[in-house]
Amino acid sequence: MTSEPIVHVRGARRRYGTFEAVRGVDLDVHRGELVALLGTNGAGKTSFVELVEGLAPASGGTVRVLGHDPYRERRRVVGSLGIMLQSAGFSGDLTVAETARTWAGTLSRPRPVADVLGAVGLEHRADVRVASLSGGEKRRLDLALATLGDPELLFLDEPTTGLDPESRRATWALVQGMLDAGTTVLLTTHYLEEAEQLADRIAIMQAGRVVRTGSVADVVAAEPARVEAVVRNDGGRAVTPALADLPALAGLVGAPDVDRTGRLRLRTTRLQDDLLTLLQWADARRLRLDDLDARAASLEQAFLALDDTAGTPGAQRTTDTEAAA
Amino acid sequence: MTTTTTTTTTPARRRATPGTGGGARRVAALARAELRLLVRNRTALFNALALPPMTVGLFAALGVVGDGAPAAAGAVLLNLLTFMALAFVVYYNLTVAFVARREELVLKRYLVGECSRAEILVGTAVPAVVVALAQTLLGIVAVSVFLTPPAFVNPLLMVVAVLGGAAMLTALAAATSGLSRTVESAQLTTLPLLVVAIPFAGLFGAPGASSGVLDTIGTFTPLRPITDLMLLGAGGIDGDGQVVTFAETFGAAALPAAVLAAWTVVGVLAARRWMRWEPRR
Ligand SMILES: Nc1ncnc2c1ncn2[C@@H]1O[C@H](COP(=O)(O)OP(=O)(O)OP(=O)(O)O)[C@@H](O)[C@H]1O
Ligand SMILES: [Mg+2]
Repeated sequence: MTSEPIVHVRGARRRYGTFEAVRGVDLDVHRGELVALLGTNGAGKTSFVELVEGLAPASGGTVRVLGHDPYRERRRVVGSLGIMLQSAGFSGDLTVAETARTWAGTLSRPRPVADVLGAVGLEHRADVRVASLSGGEKRRLDLALATLGDPELLFLDEPTTGLDPESRRATWALVQGMLDAGTTVLLTTHYLEEAEQLADRIAIMQAGRVVRTGSVADVVAAEPARVEAVVRNDGGRAVTPALADLPALAGLVGAPDVDRTGRLRLRTTRLQDDLLTLLQWADARRLRLDDLDARAASLEQAFLALDDTAGTPGAQRTTDTEAAA
Repeated sequence: MTTTTTTTTTPARRRATPGTGGGARRVAALARAELRLLVRNRTALFNALALPPMTVGLFAALGVVGDGAPAAAGAVLLNLLTFMALAFVVYYNLTVAFVARREELVLKRYLVGECSRAEILVGTAVPAVVVALAQTLLGIVAVSVFLTPPAFVNPLLMVVAVLGGAAMLTALAAATSGLSRTVESAQLTTLPLLVVAIPFAGLFGAPGASSGVLDTIGTFTPLRPITDLMLLGAGGIDGDGQVVTFAETFGAAALPAAVLAAWTVVGVLAARRWMRWEPRR
């Protein structure tokens, strides 16, 4: 498996006038994997994905898709791509089936239209004008068109935004099926659960840069675990331990926080060791740790924590090789 | 998946890159959809089918047309019909269609697929061009039945006038759409070409009657070659209003054909410069 990745990006940049939306992004996507791009609104996900889709030229860096420049050599790669934009339109006066058949007529290797409409649960809406579809149904028609050409590389820009929970799960199943069949997927989403379900790797973007990459487990593991408890004496009264009284904790991140009700909060990179130390400390002092809650970080925490750490050096956990363009 | 080789899903699934062969198929797919949309849009359909004949009927009834021989009147009326179809169905309607497709993000969708930009433009334009051709054919039948039929000296030039005019106006419509923010503003942005060029287009009567500096300038305006080629082809009438032979029509057609080609090039360059594929943000 030493073949060149399907998507290979180094130092990619994109500017709109004077504003630079993508500021030196590195990303590889290998055959058969799903990479999820996460990031807050305006982080640059769509701007970046459009570079990879070949819809716009990069203003710096290199972008290769299937070994080609997707913008300048678009004709050579476009037959292998399936693209679901964050927003694209339909002609409202065409029916669902007419829309799909039109699209199929432009593809070099279309799958049967009925199969694809069935896969997104729109077969019973085939003769309805697109203008009268609901938002979620339109989104599923979008997905149908993106997968109609049996793509090798599928781009999904927020594919499940606006979908009800059931349709969302159906979409996940469809994407999982395509992954199983060997399709490679680059997806953006605001739903962390979606990334956890589908992604082999995630990349978190912030202000035009990728600030974290790795598997969900990697990214989460880099985030400290949290321990919370209310400290009480054996009479049941809440006590407020002075910070100096607390034991030395090997993985402690930042200072522990104790509020007036005796609630202790701390973050640690060595949950098991520090939890044991804390329990032994309480035991020796005959203290009770009520409401004890110790938990590994979630993807959501890792994601939210970025806001705080964004500017600091060391937050950059990806190789920061910016192309000297 | 890592086990034995299944020939259908080898790592590099080979597939044909979209070539010129598929181009006709892609254009046909877009054109079919566009034709459906035209049929379902009552206003556009009325404009396309009824407006040009009604205009011609009006002018014929007013007697503004045809100050020459009866055969010339047939050629002039026929040209008027073709001209109206090209100016309003191709240029005006297409400008509106390009703006509408852009604003509803349909152009952007087509752009992510396998179609090239030229294919998208042509596919969108086909129904309008078909309507213009059909109007011309109907006009030929109409003037042959109801009037003294023109001699149809050089039908090839009539084809050049219709198809060349359609190509030029499609390109100009694409360019004009880029200068129109909304469908409504397309009513204004299409005015300059229509208002400035129509008076120079030599529509009402055989040319030559109005020779002079203005007429010389008019020869080089974009819509004029359509009239010049139509009158030459249908009636054998040259730029001085003289009736010429089949052989002579070719020489007389050289200048208008060159003007038409030049404006088509201008249209293509302008479209490349101004045409936009997604709404401005
Ligand atoms: N065409 C444009 N012209 C000017 N600025 C733009 C354009 N498109 C995007 N931007 C700006 O670039 C930044 C990144 O936008 P982008 O759409 O890539 O973000 P995103 O991560 O996809 O956000 P979201 O999650 O909301 O979809 C934003 O600040 C946006 O305002
Ligand atoms: Mg986006």
